[in-house]
Amino acid sequence: MPKMTMIEALRDAMDVKLAQDPKVLVFGEDVGYFGGVFRCTAGLQAKHGEERVFDTPINESAIVGMAVGMAAQGMRPCVEVQFADYVYPAYDQITQEAARLRHRSNEVFTCPLVVRMPTGGGIFGGQTHSQSPEALFTHVAGLKVVIPSTPYDAKGLLIAAIEDPDPVVFLEPKRLYNGPFYGDHSGKSVGWAQHPAGEVPEGHYTVDIGKADIRRAGSDVTILAYGTMVYVAEAAVEQSGIDAEIIDLRSLLPLDLETIKASVEKTGRCVVVHEATRTSGFGGELIAEVQEACFWHLKSPLQRVTGWDAPYPHATEWDYFPGPDRVARALKKTMED
Amino acid sequence: MTQKPKLTFPQPPARPDEAPDFSSIDIPPAGALDVPPLDLQASDSRDYANGMIRVLNDEGDAVGPWADYIADLDPDALLQGLRDMLTMRAVDQRLLNAQRQGKTSFYLLCTGEEAIGCGFQRQLDQGDMNFPTYRQQSLLIAADYPLRDLMGQIYSNECDPLEGRQLPIMHSSRDYGFFSISGNLGTQYVQAVGWAMANALSNNGQIAAGWIGDGATASNDFHAALLSASVYRPPVILNIVNNQWAISTYTGVATGGSRTYASRARGYGIPALRVDGNDYLAVAAVSKWAVERARAGHGPVAIEWFTYRVAAHSTSDDPSAYRPKDEASAWPLGDPVERLKAHLIQIGLWSEERHVQAQAEILDHVTTVQKDVESYGTFVNPKPTSPSTIFKGVYAEMPDHLRRQRQEMGF
Repeated sequence: MPKMTMIEALRDAMDVKLAQDPKVLVFGEDVGYFGGVFRCTAGLQAKHGEERVFDTPINESAIVGMAVGMAAQGMRPCVEVQFADYVYPAYDQITQEAARLRHRSNEVFTCPLVVRMPTGGGIFGGQTHSQSPEALFTHVAGLKVVIPSTPYDAKGLLIAAIEDPDPVVFLEPKRLYNGPFYGDHSGKSVGWAQHPAGEVPEGHYTVDIGKADIRRAGSDVTILAYGTMVYVAEAAVEQSGIDAEIIDLRSLLPLDLETIKASVEKTGRCVVVHEATRTSGFGGELIAEVQEACFWHLKSPLQRVTGWDAPYPHATEWDYFPGPDRVARALKKTMED
Repeated sequence: MTQKPKLTFPQPPARPDEAPDFSSIDIPPAGALDVPPLDLQASDSRDYANGMIRVLNDEGDAVGPWADYIADLDPDALLQGLRDMLTMRAVDQRLLNAQRQGKTSFYLLCTGEEAIGCGFQRQLDQGDMNFPTYRQQSLLIAADYPLRDLMGQIYSNECDPLEGRQLPIMHSSRDYGFFSISGNLGTQYVQAVGWAMANALSNNGQIAAGWIGDGATASNDFHAALLSASVYRPPVILNIVNNQWAISTYTGVATGGSRTYASRARGYGIPALRVDGNDYLAVAAVSKWAVERARAGHGPVAIEWFTYRVAAHSTSDDPSAYRPKDEASAWPLGDPVERLKAHLIQIGLWSEERHVQAQAEILDHVTTVQKDVESYGTFVNPKPTSPSTIFKGVYAEMPDHLRRQRQEMGF
């Protein structure tokens, strides 16, 4: 099976769909001739033509607004917002238009579109290239929100998102583009070629939206994580020696509550981990769901490890990033409580 | 000599306790502008963007090159135009009364602006798509949209195609070329560009028409749409309805230092024309030209329809608080119904008697449909649809969390 980075896997997903379905269109800032600042669309314009893959003006509302009109008229646009931090001008079009068009027209007009955006920190990007805005989208009825953590899932989820009849916000953890990241920035970086999840089948396959993945079976505590934090959780488990079950949510909306519930009922403990800021973050939602569904199985208070409630810093990035030490401390605390 | 920086705060020519004053508005004579070639460029459209295309003069004659351009218009089409506007006015009046009687929560009228939607829509073909604002019900009337569906939407009853999801007047009908209305102003303008791009990519021969009010030209998506349309050149007509008022805000707050809204489109490289929006013949002629141009692949065009919002913004608004009560009667471009009527009488197609008779017939028809639709329930006599429609169509397939919430609700 071929080895791919997450970038190559995402590109392959778009390549497969562009070849298979003439309605699929790919566009965004720098995505055409150049192939995107992260190279996710490199070569796609040369292969599929400029009517299918093209550059846009620097206006996210125009990018998504055009995509809404195209999707309603039968196209399958898969657009790129260069950084999740730049999505805000398009927030109106995503949350008030794309998300609600099906409902408000009583299903006469629909909006099958994908908005891809690199998310999360760990690349010294400062406050405008490091944000994790997932909770701003999980709060919106009518959207789906997914975030892969492996090249295999990235390709399968992106194909599923392009084929989905409803709008999908597709978050790409940019720190995982070239390899898994265990939270130790001073350590040697590992590429996807050395990781089993770097094996990506050729051609068409999908990963179901709405299904979590148990990344590590364990009996003592359940860790709920997604994106980069899945690997940080793995490092924390190794560091602490605690037998944790790690669930990679993959899909935040809809959420695979069944998998979460089965795990927490078994372990009786739960730690929620995300890079995004804490207050009103998606972790609050996870904790509410877990306590409602599993309260009588819980042996200790639920724990949250998140980014601090401050803008994402540049020079002090590693004091901000919720690394394996903080996750390991939460694991120990939940075992002691 | 140096001056201190001083801010300007545009004010309308008259406030409630003053006499209406439109003396600063330059009204060129009818017939002054010629018909440009279909492949008109932005750089050659200055006179059209700063002037005003008018066909009907004060005597009710159709004059000039644009009159010649639609000289082959069937007399039946002219009578249809008048009937469309009379129907629109009757529907608006009946539904305003219904709101005052508490039968619906909200309504807004398009009084004074009927010619624009009615005249434009009659130039479109099946499959073309409007991206309207909330004051374009005249597009639906001239598309022969069933009055039962239109009124059902106002009463949110069983006749409502949207099953009570949307605020009254937020219609949606794909079959009649009317895109689902959003209350978020401006968003539809760039969506029209995307829809038109999809038309071009599918080579289906269809065009799109974006609509926006003068106030919402200030929105980000107005500029996003003009730039995108200029870059990709899809078959889209970008309409700006300048009715002088954005709720209580005078149009000058949206124009700033620009001369016209049409000239703003020229700045983006899109040819633009400004039209007397109260002149049904001018509307029909320019719409016909713009539709032909878009369908022939000459790219986008912008049209500023110059008109006056006679009605309140909505039933929640009281314009006497911010403008003179009799301002509408002083509007220099007159009333679109009266102007077309005078023209039709002038050319022997119509008479005062026939007009009175037509008004009565139309009102009778509208009232009959209204009574039937009201029998399915109003806010006074509610027969609500099942609340389970709240959960229908949020997604194509209902996810578990919505299924649980619907069960919790008892359905």
